[in-house]
Amino acid sequence: MSILLKVENVHTHIGQYHILQGVSFEAKAGEVSVLLGRNGAGKTTSLKTIMGLTPATSGQITFDDKSIVKNPTYQIAKDGIGYVPEDQGIFGALTVEENIKVAIRKEDEVSLARQEYVLELFPDLKKYWKKDGGHLSGGQKQMLSMARAFVNESKLLLIDEPSKGLAPVVIEKVMEAINEMKKQTTIILVEQNFMMASKIGDTYTLIDDGETVQSGLMKELIENEELKRKYLGIG
Amino acid sequence: MELLINLLINGLATGMLIFLLAAGLTLIFGLMDVLNFAHGGLFAWGAFSGVWFYGVTNSFTLAILGAILTGVILGFITEKLIITPVYGNHVQQILITLGFMIVLSEMLKVVFGPNQLAAKTPPLLSGSWEIGDVIIIKYRLFIIIIGFIVFGVFQFILKRTKIGLVVRAGVMNKEMVQALGINIKQVFLYVFMAGAGLAALSGVLMAPYSGVIYAEMGMEFAILAFIVVVIGGMGSFPGSLLAAILVGLAGSFMAYYVPALSLAVNMMLMAIVLIFRPQGLFTAKG
Repeated sequence: MSILLKVENVHTHIGQYHILQGVSFEAKAGEVSVLLGRNGAGKTTSLKTIMGLTPATSGQITFDDKSIVKNPTYQIAKDGIGYVPEDQGIFGALTVEENIKVAIRKEDEVSLARQEYVLELFPDLKKYWKKDGGHLSGGQKQMLSMARAFVNESKLLLIDEPSKGLAPVVIEKVMEAINEMKKQTTIILVEQNFMMASKIGDTYTLIDDGETVQSGLMKELIENEELKRKYLGIG
Repeated sequence: MELLINLLINGLATGMLIFLLAAGLTLIFGLMDVLNFAHGGLFAWGAFSGVWFYGVTNSFTLAILGAILTGVILGFITEKLIITPVYGNHVQQILITLGFMIVLSEMLKVVFGPNQLAAKTPPLLSGSWEIGDVIIIKYRLFIIIIGFIVFGVFQFILKRTKIGLVVRAGVMNKEMVQALGINIKQVFLYVFMAGAGLAALSGVLMAPYSGVIYAEMGMEFAILAFIVVVIGGMGSFPGSLLAAILVGLAGSFMAYYVPALSLAVNMMLMAIVLIFRPQGLFTAKG
């Protein structure tokens, strides 16, 4: 499988803080790559750096064989990277419909069909089509955020902690949706819930103190008790 | 009753002029988080350029269009040269826009001379109608109508068009808007230019209303506009309309019944609103 995204020795500073101190990993087309690590390890910053929201101070990020490390956020999104932030980024005073519409970059038959598909994937959104985004439940907001990122034909989706704060039954729904989306796009997932990550992920990258410590196949990590205990506190 | 109606019309007309000035400011404030004290300078340029266009063309319509164009061009220059380097830094924004406000005022004196200019009301809008004991001054009614039309047009743009949707989303979460593939800096520029155009429109309409225009008029009205933005809620267009009408009416009624308090009433209004609703009457943030 071809490499869609390559992150090489990326360093990121936020104010005076040196958050990423050498993050490297790659995402192969059609796979789900999971970034794992403890709280504050640098997983969310890694996604934000790929999106250009906290630009890298050094290192290289290549997407679809082109460097995107110096590109502005809107250009990175236009190039085909969708983003679902940790806080979901819902526009609270806009309706579900408006939240979706604002994301659609080109309104045509293709986008209309895509919108229909997304609504089949997340039927709750159809039900609350005219409801303000701010009045949705946590799970519905997560679904709206994922639908919004998926409504354009993104080659890569960055999803940050989709299970955070959700009830188990809702997490199941979110997992089903990600599995469905996986059939059509490449996904980089940040996830604290290892059970969920291990079920969805094909590959993993462990990040600790802003550095990549290990990458590999998810099935290898599942069996490696020492790594899980040392970096994830499991076991 | 006649007195009340007259005070109401006066208050509404003043309110609409303040609304036009504050409308641009609230969008710039709400979306771009920019404290633009130069906004009053754009208003004054609208007044002066409008009077100049009217003198040259003898057409009030062309004077309005000329003033708006002047405001939009000055808005483009202001955003590119003055605002872009200070995004995200309120202290620098206050200092540089206050400085630019002075530059704009002084430039008016260079271009139009240091003295006050008289501004005539166009013949079609001069005079008044008398209905019983109620005197309706035509020009004031014209301002009220223009104010409601502008409100309607901008509400339509904000609520029914894609650019309006982007602006409303941008007021709530700029980072997310960019992550959806929208060049927010370009949107900022358009909003700034639209805001400057509205300020200039307010200026050109103010000129015949007050009869004389002067270079320092910008700062005087900008303070009123800031009060309106705070009362209405930052980034809220309907909030600005309601607050501007409240400020206009309060000024009009106080000037008649308690003249000593007519200047303080705006500050009192702002203080009361802030005590009970610190976010303003409306809020655009979701």
